[in-house]
Amino acid sequence: MTLSHSPAEDRGGPAQPLLLLKDLKKHFPIKGGLFGKTVATVRAVDGVSFAVQKGETLGIVGESGCGKSTTARLLMQLISLDAGEMVFDGEGVGEKTAGGLALKDYRRQVQMVFQDSYASLNPRLPIEDSLAFAPKVHGVSDAEARTRARELLAAVGLAPGIYARRYPHELSGGQRQRVNIARALALQPRLVLLDEPVSALDKSVEAQVLNLLVELKERFGLTYVFISHDLNVVQYLSDRVLVMYLGQVVEQGPVDAIYDRPAHPYTRALLASRPSMDPAKRRTEAPLTGDPPNPINPPSGCRFRTRCPFAELVCETQAPAAAQLGGGHEAACHMARPGSGHSQAARVAA
Amino acid sequence: MNAIMDKPILGGTAAAKQPLVIIRDLNVAFVTRDRTVHAVNGVDLDVGAGEVLCILGESGSGKSVTMRALMRLLPRFARVSGRIEVAGQDVMAMDERGLQRFRGGDVAMIFQEPMLALDPVFTVGRQIAEAVQRHEGASRSAGMARALELLELVQIPSAKRRLDAYPHELSGGLRQRAMIAVALACKPKLLLADEPTTALDATVQIQVLLLLRQLQEQMGMGVIFVTHDLGVAGEIADKVAVMYAGRVVEEGPVGALMAGPLHPYPRGLLGATVHGNMRGQKLTTIPGAPPSLETLPTACAFAPRCAEAEPACQTTLPEARRPVPGRMARCLKVAAG
Repeated sequence: MTLSHSPAEDRGGPAQPLLLLKDLKKHFPIKGGLFGKTVATVRAVDGVSFAVQKGETLGIVGESGCGKSTTARLLMQLISLDAGEMVFDGEGVGEKTAGGLALKDYRRQVQMVFQDSYASLNPRLPIEDSLAFAPKVHGVSDAEARTRARELLAAVGLAPGIYARRYPHELSGGQRQRVNIARALALQPRLVLLDEPVSALDKSVEAQVLNLLVELKERFGLTYVFISHDLNVVQYLSDRVLVMYLGQVVEQGPVDAIYDRPAHPYTRALLASRPSMDPAKRRTEAPLTGDPPNPINPPSGCRFRTRCPFAELVCETQAPAAAQLGGGHEAACHMARPGSGHSQAARVAA
Repeated sequence: MNAIMDKPILGGTAAAKQPLVIIRDLNVAFVTRDRTVHAVNGVDLDVGAGEVLCILGESGSGKSVTMRALMRLLPRFARVSGRIEVAGQDVMAMDERGLQRFRGGDVAMIFQEPMLALDPVFTVGRQIAEAVQRHEGASRSAGMARALELLELVQIPSAKRRLDAYPHELSGGLRQRAMIAVALACKPKLLLADEPTTALDATVQIQVLLLLRQLQEQMGMGVIFVTHDLGVAGEIADKVAVMYAGRVVEEGPVGALMAGPLHPYPRGLLGATVHGNMRGQKLTTIPGAPPSLETLPTACAFAPRCAEAEPACQTTLPEARRPVPGRMARCLKVAAG
């Protein structure tokens, strides 16, 4: 693929994380009453910190209401941060930071693919025009943007001669998601944020799109943040995995550590909730009871304690800090921290 | 023990003799002025009493249409033909009165979206009691007493308080349980479940699956469970029917089918399903997309996507072949039994 508009170059070197998030917070007020007073607050994202290394795929898993989509929107700066800091390849993001990376430049390097392939495309534009739109905004000439749009269609496996002039409604769900992926690549970003990109697709099409994502990552040297509720897909695609619960990170680490040696009881329950794929080994007991609590007024201390079979007094009174388990594996659980005051702390650590 | 549980509808042993559901040569076409869509094309299915049949298929395969045909819930412009029998009754011949008794009484249905299936302006308790009053002529207070029993049966915590809750006051998992309670209100012989766990979170999905399995065993109900998820079928099914382009392409016991599908389509689906340690491997995919059903496929509908297709596959409609008792596949490459 020959593209004149060169991608932004690497600044900080391979050891510098591509994206560093520190203590992100986003609270949504709920207004009510006669004068629209704030009656409650949804703590959608409450102190989330993580790093995305260059060239890796970071998987984010969690159930509805855990804040994974809010994190994605914060990451794209589609909504503003209440508190926290974002550093992209060594530069602070946002106009407020002195000498930082302007939002327009940041967004050129970070692009997103959404779950709903239809809602995220303009129904009145042929897909070629949708793909050419963003490059034109960023100063590429019309002819060049079109040429690039056709190259991108070919790259995602849609013959430009057949598909370039079609409208979104003339495509199947899988084809539309390919167009969305192509559009995300149109600005030659370094980081692509994939928010449940295959959840709405049928299984046979899902596999096609997953193969495409792996291929494109290699071809264009991309870094992915992959958000999904499907643990199997996350395991397949990710190098590192982040588990979220009620607006906080409960565990993160290399994919094998998370799947083979999960340290947080929530991660263990989540993994044990997967259907077994073997009718001879059916689940006999649900690992957890009840639904995730409402992120308005989350439980004190550890937010998982209301559903945790190991909860003790310390879990109620103190929020657990992240315990380092080696190799970048960390879990926010009192049981993983020797001396935390939990009766099982020593056993797990040993 | 719950009072409802004391009188099982059918013993487990009597199950196999007379199938609860018999579907023969079911065809459904949606006819509008612009076009005709052949959604279901000659489906034969049997479900025994106390048996769980999973219909597995992708969107547009005809799985939900088959279920709706069974309840006679299809719109007027649907052209339906074939034979449908449930518990010895001819469903196709029922009049409006008969259908009212049949729906909710003999057969009940649960859906993917409980918020759309439950009435938002009535409390959960009223909705259950209404079904009981209507079908069994019970009094209002007897209906409410039964509603409480049912909420306890579906393991809703503090059931007594939840009787007076409106659907929007419940969480997703509880709402799904409440919908199951409404469906079970009149002890149906057959429960139709249309992707009831698809919209739920992983930790809640497994709870609802286990609950359904437990209730099905206790009540000896037959269940037809529609899903696109092989893993879900593995957790709940006795028997699986795989649909493609409006036809059942393979049918068999869940264990055998998941261990070694006969038809290339389910084999492809199994290969395309990500599980365990497949990192770094390229996923096997099924190329292309399902056919448009505007023209009725006269040959094997899967042939254009099939890696093993031969010239004969493009011209012949494969008949049902039964190489092993209890298993069926519509593929020319499967040995006729």
